[in-house]
Amino acid sequence: MNLVEVKDLSVSYGAQKVLSGVSLNVTAGEIVTIVGPNGSGKTSLLRAIIGAVKPVKGRVGRAQGVKLGYVPQRLHIDETLPMTVSRFLKLPGGVGQAQIDRALKQAGVPDLSNAQLSKLSGGQFQRVLLARALIGKPDLLLLDEATQGLDQRGSAAFYQQIEQVRQETGCAVLMISHELHVVMSASDRVICLNGHVCCEGTPAVVASAPEYRALFGTGTGGALALYRHEHDHGHDHSDHAHDHDHKEAAQ
Amino acid sequence: MLDDFMVRATLAGIGVAFAAAPLGCFVVWRRMAYFGDATAHAAILGVALSLAFSMSIFVGAVIVALLMALTVSFLSGRGYAMDTLLGVLAHSALAFGLVAVSFLSGIRIDLMAYLFGDILAVSRGDLAVIWGGALLVILLIFWRWSALLTATLNEDLAYANGIDPKREQLALTVALAVTVAVAIKVVGVLLIAAMLIIPAAAARPLSRTPEGMALIAGLIGTLSAVIGLRAAYVFDTPAGPSIVCVAAMIFLVSSVLRGFQTAR
Repeated sequence: MNLVEVKDLSVSYGAQKVLSGVSLNVTAGEIVTIVGPNGSGKTSLLRAIIGAVKPVKGRVGRAQGVKLGYVPQRLHIDETLPMTVSRFLKLPGGVGQAQIDRALKQAGVPDLSNAQLSKLSGGQFQRVLLARALIGKPDLLLLDEATQGLDQRGSAAFYQQIEQVRQETGCAVLMISHELHVVMSASDRVICLNGHVCCEGTPAVVASAPEYRALFGTGTGGALALYRHEHDHGHDHSDHAHDHDHKEAAQ
Repeated sequence: MLDDFMVRATLAGIGVAFAAAPLGCFVVWRRMAYFGDATAHAAILGVALSLAFSMSIFVGAVIVALLMALTVSFLSGRGYAMDTLLGVLAHSALAFGLVAVSFLSGIRIDLMAYLFGDILAVSRGDLAVIWGGALLVILLIFWRWSALLTATLNEDLAYANGIDPKREQLALTVALAVTVAVAIKVVGVLLIAAMLIIPAAAARPLSRTPEGMALIAGLIGTLSAVIGLRAAYVFDTPAGPSIVCVAAMIFLVSSVLRGFQTAR
């Protein structure tokens, strides 16, 4: 069953076109990752799905009664706004303490209920945001670079948490990430975006697609595309010396 | 009881403090201090127009303040930095208002009364308008509270919860215009922003939740009105500025308290 169906979506900010002709769908229980360079429209795509931007063309369809949980890229809490974690999780309303405790436990931060939001560390804050997204028992969890600002261990732990949440609740996950090596191993499907869908499929398929390599292979010296194995690449980097590629990858 | 001008003045001050407290919290959280200033300054133009067309001052002030607030909302994000835009609009509105008042040669107006308030001259009718407006603002904010808070935290989070941040912004704008209009008589257009911001800012170090902050701001505002009026009576000082002075002193005390808390 498709939870969300995006058809031929185009989004513009003023005269600037950020997405054109994007189609994708997310079915129940799967983890789909969107990768793409800066400015490729990843965040705009998620914002279109939650209804924060109106498409200029195409449409975003949601299955009847589907519930979304959204974790924004970053959230700045103004110092002037006093807010405890449990009050934050109660917004915009209709949530009891039992649900709050359950969501915090699922997000891996069971003891933070009474902490002030402005006093949390980056990792704790992301988990509280995750808890807030989980509180309405979503069918689909949307994460926009949820591990930004976390160190490698922190983000690896965060993705493990997501995987665990998926196993416990069965919700689907649509996430944006820069951390290709982590994401590739944890996703069922990867969509490579650059204003349009360049390629999509299982991590293995996408990793060997020439479009993906064109985006992530050159310029980085292959370092980013080489998440799997140093020897399954190289032949399409006609503008690079092969041994140069290998050296970069070995570093 | 309402025959005593001090009682009427105190009740008027408390009415404004109650409306300004929760609204002022949002002004602080959303960094709208200049926005409040611009709206308040525009109200003097509303006063001039009301006098010219023999309208109720409340109605004229609400209309012009609302127009100002909507103009700012509309122009924001269209090429100017917000503080520049507000600086231009706030002061031009004040200047145009003052010029417009000078055209009203037929009527003798005490300009100071509109700039700094004339709380001791509050009539029973004024009191009804002030409390009516204040209740309207309180009910509006109470009704939209959760949605407003969510939209204040993050617009995308609001959208994901099915809340339209633009609609919530409009609710705040209306509340601001009404508050400005009822507060003219009490503290005057130049000090309205002070009644919004100072009690809320003073409440911040003493609160753990947004609701707590709004309540404490209401208490501080009320305290400022009561003590400020009493001080104005005793020392024969202007009433509106005296109220703001008391609020500022409470802010100072609460900031020092916070300093001790963090030093501990």
